[in-house]
Amino acid sequence: MSILIGKDTKVMTQGITGKTGAFHTRLCRDYANGKSCFVAGVNPNKAGESFEGIPIYGTVKEAKAQTGATVSVIYVPPPLAAAAIDEAVDAELDLVICITEGVPVRDMVATRRRMQGRRTVLIGPNCPGVITPDEIKIGIMPGHIHKKGRVGVVSRSGTLTYEAVGQLSDVGQSTCVGIGGDPVNGLKHIDVMRMFNEDPDTDAVIMVGEIGGDDEENCARWIKDNMTKPVVGFIAGVTAPPGKRMGHAGAIISGGKGTAQEKLAVMEECGIKVTRNPAEMGRLLRSVLHA
Amino acid sequence: MNVHEYQGKEILRGYGVATPRGIPCFSVAEADEAARELGGKVWVVKAQIHAGGRGKGGGVKVAKSPEEVHEHARKILGMTLVTHQTGPAGRVVKRLLVEEGADIRQELYVGMVVDRATQRVTLIASSEGGMEIEEVAARSPHKIYKVAIDPLEGLTEQQAGQVARQIGVPEGSIAEARAFMQGLYRAFVDCDAALAEINPLIITGEGKVLALDAKLNFDSNALFRHPEIQAMRDLHEEDPAEVEASRFDLSYISLDGNIGCLVNGAGLAMATMDVIKLYGAQPANFLDVGGGATPQKVTAAFKLMLRNPAVKGILVNIFGGIMRCDTIAEGVISAVREVNLHVPLVVRMKGTNEHLGKQLLENSGLPIIAADDMADAARKIVAAVRGTVEGSPAQGEAA
Repeated sequence: MSILIGKDTKVMTQGITGKTGAFHTRLCRDYANGKSCFVAGVNPNKAGESFEGIPIYGTVKEAKAQTGATVSVIYVPPPLAAAAIDEAVDAELDLVICITEGVPVRDMVATRRRMQGRRTVLIGPNCPGVITPDEIKIGIMPGHIHKKGRVGVVSRSGTLTYEAVGQLSDVGQSTCVGIGGDPVNGLKHIDVMRMFNEDPDTDAVIMVGEIGGDDEENCARWIKDNMTKPVVGFIAGVTAPPGKRMGHAGAIISGGKGTAQEKLAVMEECGIKVTRNPAEMGRLLRSVLHA
Repeated sequence: MNVHEYQGKEILRGYGVATPRGIPCFSVAEADEAARELGGKVWVVKAQIHAGGRGKGGGVKVAKSPEEVHEHARKILGMTLVTHQTGPAGRVVKRLLVEEGADIRQELYVGMVVDRATQRVTLIASSEGGMEIEEVAARSPHKIYKVAIDPLEGLTEQQAGQVARQIGVPEGSIAEARAFMQGLYRAFVDCDAALAEINPLIITGEGKVLALDAKLNFDSNALFRHPEIQAMRDLHEEDPAEVEASRFDLSYISLDGNIGCLVNGAGLAMATMDVIKLYGAQPANFLDVGGGATPQKVTAAFKLMLRNPAVKGILVNIFGGIMRCDTIAEGVISAVREVNLHVPLVVRMKGTNEHLGKQLLENSGLPIIAADDMADAARKIVAAVRGTVEGSPAQGEAA
């Protein structure tokens, strides 16, 4: 069933009545199996009402109890987004996907600490979401560019992920995961890579990264020792101006500088085929598929 | 968002972090007055700009008399200060901080950042104060100590005390150093800082612990809950183009090349810059128009790019998802007409309503060069710019 989500996943939307939440819930419901997947909305002020036939509950806990939904997608505004994640974690959902962009880092530091030892998996914030083509789409990506297939996609970016997917339109994708670009977030490249490695429906993975942090390097080292499937990669930001002070000071802790060149070098050392040309991601992936 | 040293110190004092006494000044007369008010025999006149390396650039001077304060203030105010962080154009000094001189026995380093790996605020400290921490990290990494702080407990007395000892704070000053670091942590969290750097933190002859310098940077996503910090923003210290961009909710960073690029999404924008370089040219900017690119926004983006006289060509790269390509095409057409575009323009559109968008561009009668993919777009804009820029180097294309 690919990874994370599939046609039988039951989803609730936190922030279903806001402009963004309403718009994207509609598109997600209209995609593939969406009608039977999107079963609930959450808004404490509109409990008992419904959104175009989707019942709205006052709390995550109640939405879960009434509908059996185990996954949540969050569109609530930045000042309240971390609290929305906390609520979903307390309700012991399996997966929370936070689309909201602009969540204060301090809030995420506190939320990630609260999540320690809990069962809920977080993706995002500031991410496009997750899609298993022809089954279910949770998030803001354009559904129609995707095609069912056997290539996994994991990326920190939004439109650059679409770009990669666009280049894979002939082979198709098993699941595409946008992990988001925020410094303090949920799943990292390495976590998603592990899932793809174990997924019988995925034959190869394309990994799209960008400057900052050392998630790509960690993932690359794990791949070298554990991955049984071919992986190709691209890192955006070779031309980005040398990081501001903050990037450097942060990188001192992690032991790297977070530049695209360094990431690409580590990935190559670990046996990952990389391209420096973002227009070549699809071709590179096909070259390892047919090797 | 950055603030000036004097503003950072003001915030820190509110959390019990000690600093030398000082007064911000906007004129030489105010500097004279500040010297009188502070009293004493030694003063330091410090240029206030949002960049490090001020001392080496001549922006920090010690004065041993009120006359010298006057003289230094006169020279520094209005000077163009060039440091390794300002770029060659430098920054005009419009504010000063006049401080009482300090009796420095020891110079140390204390900083805080949010670490991605541990997802915690992390204290970084070193015995090597007064120099760049990057340099210390490269030359003597064993002299850097780090503590990842549990948000539930905060920076504990024990942790702060241990770090103070590790960086060589004398025994008599340990308690003060501990309170200093704990205050710094509380300020960091309360104010939603992204970076705090006290370099140097000094131990005075009397054993006092003071922040001789203070650099604070705040999480722009959290400014909504800190109007008092937002009020400290000094637009004069920011790139005018970036300030203008923020008015239209565009994310823009000026770069040194000559090809302007307009892209939706930060990752794709960086990738577009990369592919321009791959084909032998340099991007003039990073510009992410974001999700809802209206014709007004696209027009504002074109104007912004064209304000840079170095721009000799523009590349538009859009992956239409929720944002439809025909909407973008309409925006591009109206922008090109409004700004009376005089440099080559290559447009690459992919995704939702791609054909409709391409048709609109074609039927517009404007000299817009269409491209099929990112590589094709980069190749075409680089070639077009080479055709218009005399004597540009003919570098080989990367494959």
